[in-house]
Amino acid sequence: MVKGRTGQRVRLYVRGTILGYKRSKSNQYETTSLVQIEGVNTKEDVAWYAGKRMAYIYKAKTKSSETRYRCIWGKVTRPHGNSGVVRAKFKSNLPPDSMGRKVRVFMYPSSI
Amino acid sequence: MAPSSKLSQGIKKASRSHAYHRRGLWAIKAKHGGAFPKAEKPAAVAEPKYYPADDVKPRKASTRKPKPTKLRSSISPGTVLIVLAGRFMGKRVVFLKQLKSGLLLVTGPFKINGVPIRRVNQTYVIATSTKVDISGVNVEKFDDKYFAREKKKKATKTEGELFDTEKEATKDLPQFKKDDQKAVDAELIKAIDAVPDLKTYLGARFSLRDGDKPHEMVF
Repeated sequence: MVKGRTGQRVRLYVRGTILGYKRSKSNQYETTSLVQIEGVNTKEDVAWYAGKRMAYIYKAKTKSSETRYRCIWGKVTRPHGNSGVVRAKFKSNLPPDSMGRKVRVFMYPSSI
Repeated sequence: MAPSSKLSQGIKKASRSHAYHRRGLWAIKAKHGGAFPKAEKPAAVAEPKYYPADDVKPRKASTRKPKPTKLRSSISPGTVLIVLAGRFMGKRVVFLKQLKSGLLLVTGPFKINGVPIRRVNQTYVIATSTKVDISGVNVEKFDDKYFAREKKKKATKTEGELFDTEKEATKDLPQFKKDDQKAVDAELIKAIDAVPDLKTYLGARFSLRDGDKPHEMVF
């Protein structure tokens, strides 16, 4: 994706799945999305990820800045429930067709 | 009862001449050559032409000074850091010192993994517990000004040359920067060679694999 990125591909992000929007039974709040991060299964584990940046990457038909890939940046805000699901806010709300798709959870801003 | 200075309301006991003598103004006059000293009136301020419509308090300049960036306790000179983003993401790199701006001064070393002497932000870095002996390296000369961008000189161009701007953008590293790199790295590489496997470790890039959980990893 990045021009000139030859050689080793390194993954410095954790994969996550977008589950949908924050919602109750019949109301949804699109400003906050829910994300399931791989390997994170409890509320305590989420603490490490709080504040970490995330990127939702998608393809579009037209090229903008030489590439067809586009990105919406966001960050992990807080845990959602007890089982490791995470709430996330993005710069602009995620589109509904992002549900079920992947998001990249980066390891920065790092505090280790 | 002490003698009062009033006989009745508005009538003083001492006569005018008696009071004058008592006050001693004659002595002050004598001291100043016969005339009572007059205080100089301050020069009358010319009436300003315009008055502000509202009474506005002048804004005070802020006296706030930002604190120097705190260096994480896990980072000390010689620590191996993992760069998390940017051109060198995943590279393991040696920390040299923290600059005044708060950024970390870091080097590959260049021969080992291609990372030059560079600045990196603390939040984009994971500190590992591996340390390199950095005592032989002199990093005094590096500061933020060393990394400042060179100002482009705007030469006036003829019409034909106006469209040749692309050709000017070559960024040749000045020789002194290459020499600085070699000087810093020479000492470092000696220290690195002394430790078994450290060279290959620094040459390898960090990557997450399937099943890796960063929140459970100890770096």
